[in-house]
Amino acid sequence: MKNKKNIDRKTDFIQGNIACAEGAIVAGCNFFAGYPITPASEITHYMSGKMFEINGTFIQTEDEIAAIANIVSASWGGNKSMTATSGPGISLMLENIGLAVVTETPCVIVNVQRGGPSTGSPSIPLQGDMLQPKFGSHGEYQIIALAPSSPQEMFDFTIVAFNKAEKYRVPVFILADALVGHMRERVDFPFEDEIILDERNKLETYQGIHQKIFLDENMAPMPIFGKGLKANITGSTHKEDGFRNVSDPKIMDNEIKRLSNKILKNKEDIVLIEEKYLEDAEVAIFSYGLVYRAVFETVNIARRKGLKVGSFRPITIWPFPQEQIEELSKKVKTIIVCENNLGQMFPFVKAAANGNAKVIFLPPETLGTLYNPENILNTIKEVI
Amino acid sequence: MNKTIEHPLKKYFRGEINYTTCSGCGNGIISQSILRAIDELAINFGDIAFVSGIGCSGWIPSPSFNTDVLHVTHGRSIAFATGLKLAIPQTKVIVCVGDGDTGSIGGNHLIHAARKNIDLTVICVNNGIFGMTGGQAAPTTPYNSKTTTTPYGSIERPFNLSNLAVAAGATFVARWTTYQARPLKNSIKKAIMHKGFSFIEVVSQCPVQYGKVIGMRNDPVSMLMNYKEKSVNIRNSKKMSEDELKDKFIVGELAEKKNIPELTDEIKRLRREAKKR
Repeated sequence: MKNKKNIDRKTDFIQGNIACAEGAIVAGCNFFAGYPITPASEITHYMSGKMFEINGTFIQTEDEIAAIANIVSASWGGNKSMTATSGPGISLMLENIGLAVVTETPCVIVNVQRGGPSTGSPSIPLQGDMLQPKFGSHGEYQIIALAPSSPQEMFDFTIVAFNKAEKYRVPVFILADALVGHMRERVDFPFEDEIILDERNKLETYQGIHQKIFLDENMAPMPIFGKGLKANITGSTHKEDGFRNVSDPKIMDNEIKRLSNKILKNKEDIVLIEEKYLEDAEVAIFSYGLVYRAVFETVNIARRKGLKVGSFRPITIWPFPQEQIEELSKKVKTIIVCENNLGQMFPFVKAAANGNAKVIFLPPETLGTLYNPENILNTIKEVI
Repeated sequence: MNKTIEHPLKKYFRGEINYTTCSGCGNGIISQSILRAIDELAINFGDIAFVSGIGCSGWIPSPSFNTDVLHVTHGRSIAFATGLKLAIPQTKVIVCVGDGDTGSIGGNHLIHAARKNIDLTVICVNNGIFGMTGGQAAPTTPYNSKTTTTPYGSIERPFNLSNLAVAAGATFVARWTTYQARPLKNSIKKAIMHKGFSFIEVVSQCPVQYGKVIGMRNDPVSMLMNYKEKSVNIRNSKKMSEDELKDKFIVGELAEKKNIPELTDEIKRLRREAKKR
């Protein structure tokens, strides 16, 4: 089900975090719960006023655990809900992120990443939490995560995040970082007919005690609370009708596999990548988020020097674009992985390349700082 | 001629599923008290949503009650109920939680929901122990009790959950034991109709796990008689000394405050004001 939403055309010079909040509102977000944390607080500030202006709800919760709890239940109340935090907040949310996954609850969770572990460095950008949303909560599960590299993408990808959350009944993460969140840049707002919003599949009428409201690889309809649909929702292992069964391994097997397949079988629709200059490339640079900016700059410099270099950028970090990288690995000799951490996505790229191409990791000279294009260029020259 | 008589509360049950509680558990009395309260108020069951957490108390509404039920993680029910109430304020939200949920892992959510005065009815089943996980000491376990985690006797003082709720700003607070099923039902009725945060503590027997601790293993009748003997109404308690009240259950309605702004009303007000600007 799709519908269009009105918005005035405008261009603004705004911070990444504000662009994210604006994107959420364009996407129909009408419930925001948050707890103060650097470097994500600007999103919460903005929403604390804006939500009431659009007839929505803002609540500053007692902690991040309550923030995720609030957005999950508000989603069951039929709202489009969102929270924004940084790594320490996500760490607190992880148990209830698992609940959101297993109850197939659409919601958007923004992580403006900062230096970790622990309190870390609140205003230093680090891509240190790339694995956290996918592996942080216990058990086996799939989520969707997107990595923006600019305020424009904070806006655009937040709309994508809401659409994917609604369509696939899954929590969707925005994995930004302190610099993307805090930088100010021009943001072009789309024309109203350019905005297409996906809405969740909703259960219309009560279908009986065994109504199928979960575990459909084509997305089961969601019984919104307060409409007499007798929703039976639990975080325990359950069947399609919501009834729990915690003793039969076959029920658990069915639940885990369907929840995962719901995402994995739709990778073609979910996975977004951006490829530049890869047609004749011998070397591909894999990068995402903030780092992509330096990489793209470097690729342009290299091309001017006649070097056959291209850029492969996953916009969707999870589900991981394994097939696309495998394809890439058959075309290039070397893949250089650049990320602002000690190589979190590197093993996944290497596994996807499956020996077809050499995969090397190039971290920034100092974690938390921008890559020097010269350094990337030198590595390109070494491998080409 | 055999005549089948249907239980007057059967219509509130989803059906096809049995209660999973141990025999003699207080959950049955509490379930009936909640449903009788709703029945007497003649509220459409579909206009009520239940939220529960992990622990035996969670099984009061989930999955048995035939309306919207959200069964969430341990200790977080009140936080989930807050989001649900904010999203669908026209629906009455009842939260069934335990003393571990509210006094231990979810204590923060309890005090903040009370402070915010959000219109929730919280029914806290206080059996003085972690029952489902095997009889470990809870923050409500009396001093010097021998449990599976306090083999030499517990060395911590127990929480008084109702007093905690009053202190945090709850606008309706009552405590009863499962022995006082009718007054309990009446307080639940008041709590459901109260606009604001209501907290009802039900001191409830766990004959399997807590019965052991007090020498009444698998003996719910003795536990209930013990509640009868040790209950002191709040009115009478005011004339009694601290010593006389030791080991007693002070029962009754402990707080009722009116005209305190309720959170969903406050949000509606902010929406109106935001539009004026």
